[in-house]
Amino acid sequence: MGALLRVALNQTHAGAAPGWPWVTFAENILGTFLLGYFATRLQERLPLSAYRRPLLGTGFCGAFTTFSTMQVELLEMLDAHRYGLAVAYAASSVILGYGSVHLATLYVRRARAIA
Amino acid sequence: MTVTVWIAVGLLGGIGALGRFFVDGVIASRFGRDYPIGTLVVNLSGATLLGFLVGLGFTGTRLVLAGTATLGSYTTFSTWMLETQRLVEDGQLVLAGANILISLVAGVGAAALGRFIGTQL
Repeated sequence: MGALLRVALNQTHAGAAPGWPWVTFAENILGTFLLGYFATRLQERLPLSAYRRPLLGTGFCGAFTTFSTMQVELLEMLDAHRYGLAVAYAASSVILGYGSVHLATLYVRRARAIA
Repeated sequence: MTVTVWIAVGLLGGIGALGRFFVDGVIASRFGRDYPIGTLVVNLSGATLLGFLVGLGFTGTRLVLAGTATLGSYTTFSTWMLETQRLVEDGQLVLAGANILISLVAGVGAAALGRFIGTQL
């Protein structure tokens, strides 16, 4: 399912903006937020579930987000001597990806504290 | 893209995710879970293979099926970020920083290596 959604987004939005790979970028940040949410919720809030975590986390979010495409995109930026773009893409992906896990985790834990 | 290609994308994406589950499990059972080396191995091997396909000259539907669907699902950005954030929560700041830097630098290097091998064939 994650792969289908990712390929669908890539197909419909391919080539819309040469340079900054918006599609991969958005998929990675959104998928990372969702994984942060599911992983924290399933690990810490709900009773341990044997199948939900692999299904939603490893399965859906893992397939929806991608590392390999990002690396090849970075490589192609370096080929084109667009070093600033490559650094900005890598740094913003990591910072926003990390931040989205952090926010999702805080959100789940806060909801738990209130409940 | 035809319906057949979409069905193939779903199946190959599932196979890619299962491959990740399997490789991560094998690596983790050997090296433990202290450092997220399973995800690192998955991501670097997937980046190498995707670079290899690009080097071979894969484009269009072939690249979508083998690259975007299969290897895209095999590798993961979200787990990489989740494991890094959990390392920081555990106070393992050096490991977390190393996990980011090693993945990025070795990842681009792996894609370049794969592409180089692909263009030589």
